[in-house]
Amino acid sequence: MRGHSDIAINGDSAVALAWKQIDPDVCAAYPITPQTIIVEKFAEYVADGEVTTEFVCVESEHSALTLCITSASAGARTFTATASQGLAYMWEMLPIASSMRVPIIMAVANRAVSGPININNDHGDVMSARDCGWITLFAENVQQAYDMSIVAPRIAEHHGVQLPCLVNLDGFILTHATERMSPIDDSVVRKFVGEHKPLYPLLDVKHPVSHNLMDGPLFYFPHKYQMVEAMDRALEVSRDIFAEFAKISGREYKLVEEYRCEDADAIAIVLGSSFGTMKEAVDQLRNEGHKVGVAMPRLYRPWPIADLAKVMKDKKAVIVMDRHLSVGSYGPMFPEVVAAAIENDKVPKMYNYIYGLGGADTMVSDFKKVFTEPHSGKAKRVNYLGVVR
Amino acid sequence: MVNMADYKTLTIGDRVITAGNSEQFKTGDWRSLTPVLSIGKCINCLTCWIYCPDSCVIVENEKMTGFKLSHCKGCGICAESCPKDAIAMTEERA
Repeated sequence: MRGHSDIAINGDSAVALAWKQIDPDVCAAYPITPQTIIVEKFAEYVADGEVTTEFVCVESEHSALTLCITSASAGARTFTATASQGLAYMWEMLPIASSMRVPIIMAVANRAVSGPININNDHGDVMSARDCGWITLFAENVQQAYDMSIVAPRIAEHHGVQLPCLVNLDGFILTHATERMSPIDDSVVRKFVGEHKPLYPLLDVKHPVSHNLMDGPLFYFPHKYQMVEAMDRALEVSRDIFAEFAKISGREYKLVEEYRCEDADAIAIVLGSSFGTMKEAVDQLRNEGHKVGVAMPRLYRPWPIADLAKVMKDKKAVIVMDRHLSVGSYGPMFPEVVAAAIENDKVPKMYNYIYGLGGADTMVSDFKKVFTEPHSGKAKRVNYLGVVR
Repeated sequence: MVNMADYKTLTIGDRVITAGNSEQFKTGDWRSLTPVLSIGKCINCLTCWIYCPDSCVIVENEKMTGFKLSHCKGCGICAESCPKDAIAMTEERA
């Protein structure tokens, strides 16, 4: 649906534009590279009176998320954004937000976690937050960073879900790069996102409630299990919301995005902006006669096990691309893809490639290697793309 | 295995959605010392009633009659504050 209304915009500004159209009740955020433009741009919208949002300047990311949790508990639609050390500083509050079941939306401009200190892109920040009970969406390009920002509140605020949600966009590669994008009309976005209907909010003074109480052993585990079921439901809810979103945007998202996977012998699994680079590598390899494809899980949490198993069915090889490293083990996504693969009777050969840490540039020619090396028997179980050894 | 609460009956997010129900939380079930009143020594000064942090001292017609053990944590403040040593803290027996 590309047309005359297309604009040129960077990823951070696209997220801020989506937020402007949604007009959340509360926003509290602390600036950190490469998320800064989101907060600056949105603060401008607030200052110019283009939104009615209560914008709170806080002294740290820990305070930002704490404020978001209380504001969301009170019943306000609440947004924030961070990256890297900022997300790390929020860590203590991340599982509190999810266990309190407050549907906060947080944009994460993915950046390497120190140290060594580095401001460039990798997925070290979000991967270190993966067990905190947040729904986790990934974007391939600026358009998707915008689109995911619009679908996120619908998924998170769904009464069967009620979990906070991370919207990931690769630092600099998407946050600062200007791309062509089709925005949706303000009124259409507002109608799509709709009115926030919080469950048992603190500010409903006619129905007094208590939030975040002490849980003894008889209650802690059952409350955690409730989150398991909510996450499971989030998969189907996401599928429905994506279908609904396609009607207003013409862009159809899936739980697992596929590119030339159907008749492929070998496929790569990748997250974020690398999906685009990988598509080019796949095209070139196809032209050279290799039957390859690439897939991207749209959601990392909930992990779309059945859809991933389906895309891996009858493949000879699956290459898992991790933009983070769990030192002493595999990349974080590799074991999870293996776990999805064993849902099928036949398990493909599986390889793990760690790539692009701390913003290490990864080109189409590098990505082509991840298909050719396993094919020629040169790949190990875990490979470190570009590291000179 | 302990009998955990049925997750289907719990409100999400550990929320309590009704007011004035903290009385239902029986804090007395982890007590190890129990206060025992020697009624003959008691002069009904009600110092224990004033000091008890869990409102467990039962008073009827301005007279101290005993303890509401469902909420007594066995802290011993009543015994400590009693000017007539009318309250003894005794070991709980299973």
